[in-house]
Amino acid sequence: MVDGQKPIVSVRDLAVAFHQHTGTVRALEAVSLDLYPGRVLGVVGESGCGKSVTARAMLRILDRNGSITAGRVTLDPGTAGEQDVTALPPEGNAIRAIRGGRIGLIFQEPMAALSMQYTVGNQMMEAIRAHRDPGKQAARERAIALLHEVGIPRPETRIDAYPFQLSGGLRQRVGIALALAAEPDVLIADEPTTALDVTTQAQILALLRRLQRDKQIALMLITHDMGVIAQMADDVAVMYLGRIIEYAPVRELFRAPKHPYTRALLRSVPDLDAKPRQRLATIGGAVPQPNARPSGCPFHPRCPEVIPGRCDTMVPAPVPPGQQGASCFLVEDAAA
Amino acid sequence: MNVLEVRGLTKHYPIVAGLMRREVGCVRAADGVSFSIERGETLALVGESGCGKTTVARCILRALRPTSGEIRFSPDDDHTVDLAPLSRRALRPLRRHIQLIFQDPYASLNPRMMVGDIIAEPLLVNGVPGPERDARVRELLDLVGLPLVARSRFPHAFSGGQRQRIGIARALALNPRLIVADEPVSALDVSVQAQIINLLLDLQDRLGLSMLFVAHDLGVVRHVSDRVAVMYVGRVVEVATTTVLYATPRHPYTRALLAAVPKADPDARDAVTAPRGEVADPANPPPGCAFHPRCPFVIDRCRVDRPELVEIAPGHLSACFRASETALFME
Repeated sequence: MVDGQKPIVSVRDLAVAFHQHTGTVRALEAVSLDLYPGRVLGVVGESGCGKSVTARAMLRILDRNGSITAGRVTLDPGTAGEQDVTALPPEGNAIRAIRGGRIGLIFQEPMAALSMQYTVGNQMMEAIRAHRDPGKQAARERAIALLHEVGIPRPETRIDAYPFQLSGGLRQRVGIALALAAEPDVLIADEPTTALDVTTQAQILALLRRLQRDKQIALMLITHDMGVIAQMADDVAVMYLGRIIEYAPVRELFRAPKHPYTRALLRSVPDLDAKPRQRLATIGGAVPQPNARPSGCPFHPRCPEVIPGRCDTMVPAPVPPGQQGASCFLVEDAAA
Repeated sequence: MNVLEVRGLTKHYPIVAGLMRREVGCVRAADGVSFSIERGETLALVGESGCGKTTVARCILRALRPTSGEIRFSPDDDHTVDLAPLSRRALRPLRRHIQLIFQDPYASLNPRMMVGDIIAEPLLVNGVPGPERDARVRELLDLVGLPLVARSRFPHAFSGGQRQRIGIARALALNPRLIVADEPVSALDVSVQAQIINLLLDLQDRLGLSMLFVAHDLGVVRHVSDRVAVMYVGRVVEVATTTVLYATPRHPYTRALLAAVPKADPDARDAVTAPRGEVADPANPPPGCAFHPRCPFVIDRCRVDRPELVEIAPGHLSACFRASETALFME
């Protein structure tokens, strides 16, 4: 979505399947997206839409029963050092250098990223020394500097604290510091503020934005919250049942959403300026179970604008990579 | 008339230390909380985690015994009882009048009971005869928008939103005077959350429900509640009608809370701000006003004296020394 700039990560036609005793579940289909230095891609959708699976596939940390069945994830595409992440052995040194080194990951629950048995400093120093070892003393100083950078008060004493001694907000700051330890140029944040209170969320989002801008990081921000998207994203990918159904710059998406699902989703967000007892627009039904995928367009059973005989039999073409658009027959027809 | 009137509700948890389990302090989970709910009204109790909103709700349900204070409840138009000091035995005939809607639609339904039996359970316990029970279950399923066939299915066959409908039907079974809903939509996806919010609004209109709505999401609260009470570290800091509270908050914490909500508008980025610092520890709250270390309007007095909740305009209460300086609260 940026003219002339080269993406640092390119995902093309990515597909992921999970093999279960009940059969194979197609969790991701034809997912394409680009991450640019200094830009934020918001990935938004409801539970089961595949937003976390996309991130996990990009880092090759899918659960054992999951596998990438098609597509490519390319780091530094179009340069001499271009690497196809999907071709790397999932436990080899090459992917380990990328994971944490080039691409940092921030989790929803920072406790998932932190061990209870080690101090904050221990874990940070381990992360710093894993990629470019500057020696023990220098690593400790760097850890303190990082904790300071993410806004932790008195970092020189907090570095010796255990994670359980910190509040949720401070823990997420440590989680961010940890993700930044090896100075990655890409950050993937998977629902980084969902477990936090609203005032803490505002603090953490402001921190992420400042770091992302200062360091020109390519940030992929995964969330279910349209408010967070509006505040943070430059470009947005809206996902539903394993597919990107709309891709657009953030202002375009909020001003003129093209896909019926995006439109419905935006209307169903509670409004701080609502009138008393004001009803919300709803989407009928519920998100189907991934093993009960509808035929045709995955949204057609809930779509108010469904075209019978077409939406329920044929799958609309995916959004062309690198372009704004929606995967919907209505949009295809309007363009034709 | 008021269905519920809470006065000075306090719940302290002792902090014990050492072999003799000596009391060394206490967590003031709720500290002198007062509010009332009128017949047919929905009052939202909002605040961040640890502010004591769930403690208050659990005291009203008498799942907890308050340390002190009054919970004056009217089971019908002619009687009012203080629930706070009552024994389990004395509470039993009153329990049917206050029902709960839970947060987690997965944990709050017995997976081994059929949906019809789950909804009929409160009727059964209260001695409603079989045929009448059956008719009531049909009526309730229709009311919450579930098909009749749901009766003979188990909860696992239903999505989160449908399960929440089952929980709501169960809570309504005995025509309670008061519903306590503890974060009833926060575990749901946005599109499903909107359905349940609309259902609650419909039920308010049709049944004239009185409801205590415990929530942290200010967007949801705006749609559902008539009035709002904001809590911070165990105390109510502001009460007003929903429209007034959102338009003209008169406590700095309410103002900070509203300003921190990420608005679904990419052109409103500058309008979202975060307050400094962290929520105070209820075991060791700051002296004076608990919000003073984070407050942009702090004056010397706030560090020493604790402001009481006082009426600053008809129906609008604030616990802030500077609440009357309206210019302060304008942007």
